Amino acid sequence: MDPFLSIKRCNNSLLKRIGIILVSLGLVMLAGCSQAQKAHQIIIAGSTSVQPFAEILAEEYMKLHPDISIDIQGGGSSSGIKAALSGTADIGMSSRDLKGDELSLWSAEIARDGLAIIVHPDNTVDHLTSGQVQDIYIKAVDNWAQLGGQDGDIHLFTREEGSGTRDAFVSLAMDNADVTPKAMVQDSNGAVRQLVGDDPGAIGYISLGLVNDDVKAVDLDGVAASHENIINGSYKLSRPFLFVSDEDPEGIAKDFIDFVLSEEGRQILTREGLVTRDAEVQP
Amino acid sequence: MRLNPKTTQALAKAVIWGSALLVIVLLLFILLFVLIKGVPTLSWQFLTENPRDMGRSGGIFSTIVSTILVTLVSVAIATPFGVGTALYLTEFTREGLATRIIRFSADTLAAIPSIVYGLFGFIFFVINLNMGWSILSGGLTMAMMILPTIIRTSEEAILAIHPLYREVSFSLGGTKMQTILGAVLPSALRGIMTGVILSIGRCVAETAAVILTAGSSLRLPESVFSPARTMAVHFYILVREGISMERAYGTAAALIILILIINVGANMLINRFVAKNH
Amino acid sequence: MKRLLDRLPGFIFLLVALSALSALALIIVFIFYEGIPIIAKIGLGQFTLGMSWAPGKGEFGILPMIIGTVSVTLGAAVLGVPVAILTSVFLTEFAPAAVSRIVRPAIQLLAGIPSVVYGFWGLTFIVPYIRLWIGGPGLSVLAGSVILAIMILPTVISITEVSLLALPRTYKEGSLAIGATQWQTVWSVQLPAARSGIMAAVILGIGRAVGETMAVIMVLGNAVALPESILDPARTLTTNIGIEMGYASGDHQQALFATGIVLLVIVMSLNSIAQATLKRSQR
Repeated sequence: MDPFLSIKRCNNSLLKRIGIILVSLGLVMLAGCSQAQKAHQIIIAGSTSVQPFAEILAEEYMKLHPDISIDIQGGGSSSGIKAALSGTADIGMSSRDLKGDELSLWSAEIARDGLAIIVHPDNTVDHLTSGQVQDIYIKAVDNWAQLGGQDGDIHLFTREEGSGTRDAFVSLAMDNADVTPKAMVQDSNGAVRQLVGDDPGAIGYISLGLVNDDVKAVDLDGVAASHENIINGSYKLSRPFLFVSDEDPEGIAKDFIDFVLSEEGRQILTREGLVTRDAEVQP
Repeated sequence: MRLNPKTTQALAKAVIWGSALLVIVLLLFILLFVLIKGVPTLSWQFLTENPRDMGRSGGIFSTIVSTILVTLVSVAIATPFGVGTALYLTEFTREGLATRIIRFSADTLAAIPSIVYGLFGFIFFVINLNMGWSILSGGLTMAMMILPTIIRTSEEAILAIHPLYREVSFSLGGTKMQTILGAVLPSALRGIMTGVILSIGRCVAETAAVILTAGSSLRLPESVFSPARTMAVHFYILVREGISMERAYGTAAALIILILIINVGANMLINRFVAKNH
Repeated sequence: MKRLLDRLPGFIFLLVALSALSALALIIVFIFYEGIPIIAKIGLGQFTLGMSWAPGKGEFGILPMIIGTVSVTLGAAVLGVPVAILTSVFLTEFAPAAVSRIVRPAIQLLAGIPSVVYGFWGLTFIVPYIRLWIGGPGLSVLAGSVILAIMILPTVISITEVSLLALPRTYKEGSLAIGATQWQTVWSVQLPAARSGIMAAVILGIGRAVGETMAVIMVLGNAVALPESILDPARTLTTNIGIEMGYASGDHQQALFATGIVLLVIVMSLNSIAQATLKRSQR
């Protein structure tokens, strides 16, 4: 029995295996190149607050246009604006107003969303004034007893700096004062809601549409955080949901945005809890 | 107080068995936590249906495909380059300052946090090279992440071969190339494959480097240029956004079972096919 | 001609090796290229020892993050290393073969669990109990240390095991022959003899802890301020990058790359020390 027969046999099977891998890789690459990618696909990126609504709109749109693909990416408002500016995304999503250099972007408001300040359901505090909210977030007060609640440390939650939700909160509820560096930072509405729902001493802020039974939204300056109060203008914490793009949108992007701004699109958004143009009552 | 050696022996034995037990208990705790809550969600439908409504309903099919594609791309790129580099270092160069520097660099790069690779991949592939969020961006980034590991484990596997194998091959009149393909690689294959499988496991479990390079789009990827959401990323998003805990557990369970299959199955394959040749 | 054909394989492999190595060099060069300008701009001292991280205001001091990394890593070592060493001793000295056949693969499995799963488990089981039984918001340095301690177990166990197995059998046999108990042998002879290898194992475990991101983002609270106790939330170098990289631009983005440089330096130093320690143990 040739002791080196095994070596010669190895030779072939190894080469065969390498060959198979290379060929499959080649096929995968080929499949990619052969499709005219950009003509049938757009990418939307940005605010995690806007994302769920964009996804629903995209699903509806793709049902009407089965040959179009819309990919949606999170990352936060600033990330979306940046992606739109650099062209990495066709449309950027933002849950705050544009500012500074960003104003050069094309933008359209697709809806308005409320911002709710939330606490644990068992927290005895139900109402807060703007002044109190500010004091909490600059750490001028750090115990619930100072606000009329039960004795306990206030555990503070905020969003990351690039978040449109945070930006809206800072400019609308905090009068642009700096949030204390001791505040705990979470990277999504859902995370803030979950943590506030678990901790009786916690406070945070999330998109109004995401408030559920796990948390309680406090009244701000005597006004309840509700859909109606945003429409009639009495609840002050509302921010725009924007679609932005580096140039006037064309092609699929334009078509999709038109869909979103149309009657059908607005009905979907209203159904999901947002405030759209035709629902707003003129003061 | 001087303790009797018999006492310290008994005490030590208890503490040592205790700590081993602690490790096992922790492992079981974490695994069972995910599996018990997640396996009930696993059904053929769950695994073959695409996610709907941001993941609130539907299954995880697109994420499974994405995970496989991203891993495939990164391993397919990293393995030839990694093994080739290892072969170059062992077969075509002499041990010296250059090889030691390369070895040190590979070791260091293997230890760099994956988030740094993610940052690099995001800025370099996604933005600068304009590849966008895609399987290719994610795969290339992860290929760079696993390359040092594959180089080092392949190198060690090759160095561990008994020099006799090479000498016999040469003495039979084999050229360098024939020796490499016929004698060196087959003998080192087991070690090399172990490194590759380790890297596959790392790719499947990776989140930090993938989330901003391959993206987080839920649709079934159409090509390597499409964005893709892997199972690990999907789990992270479902959990953070509180979208559907049921499906989050299901995804995690599927992920863990996949990793189990990779570890166990691959080791079995290695033992069967590689060992057979000897 | 035959000469050339003979040289061909070498040449091809050289090309392969060069491309692989230049890809790896690319990362290092890129990180330095992007990160150095900001360090030059604000000064190395100000960057690494600056107490305030506030990108919105152009402040890029990463000391709180360095302290965060150090405290979480140290905590992980304090909690994890003793357990790891004892478990290694278990595997090499005290475990019956049947038991170690189960325990060893189990530890390997521990290493394969995705870090997001660890993070979620920690969020569900460690954070609430720290908050309820010990204090603070639960999202804390302590929570991070516990999770990381578990995550580094496989690394430290396997390398310690290798070091113990590499000891000459005469050490153990000699000690037992003069009447020492098993534990006395382990404590007075084997562990000290394997000291360098164990140190290398610990250092590599620490390196692993330094590099962890996802699990830590979920349990650490991510507050930007310096943690004052192990019950305070904190941020590490890695989580800082993870949270902010989606939207950072300009100086902010450069500062994140500069953080990457710091991580690179830390990892390189840890690696060199571990290598040197291992070499000493082989003498």
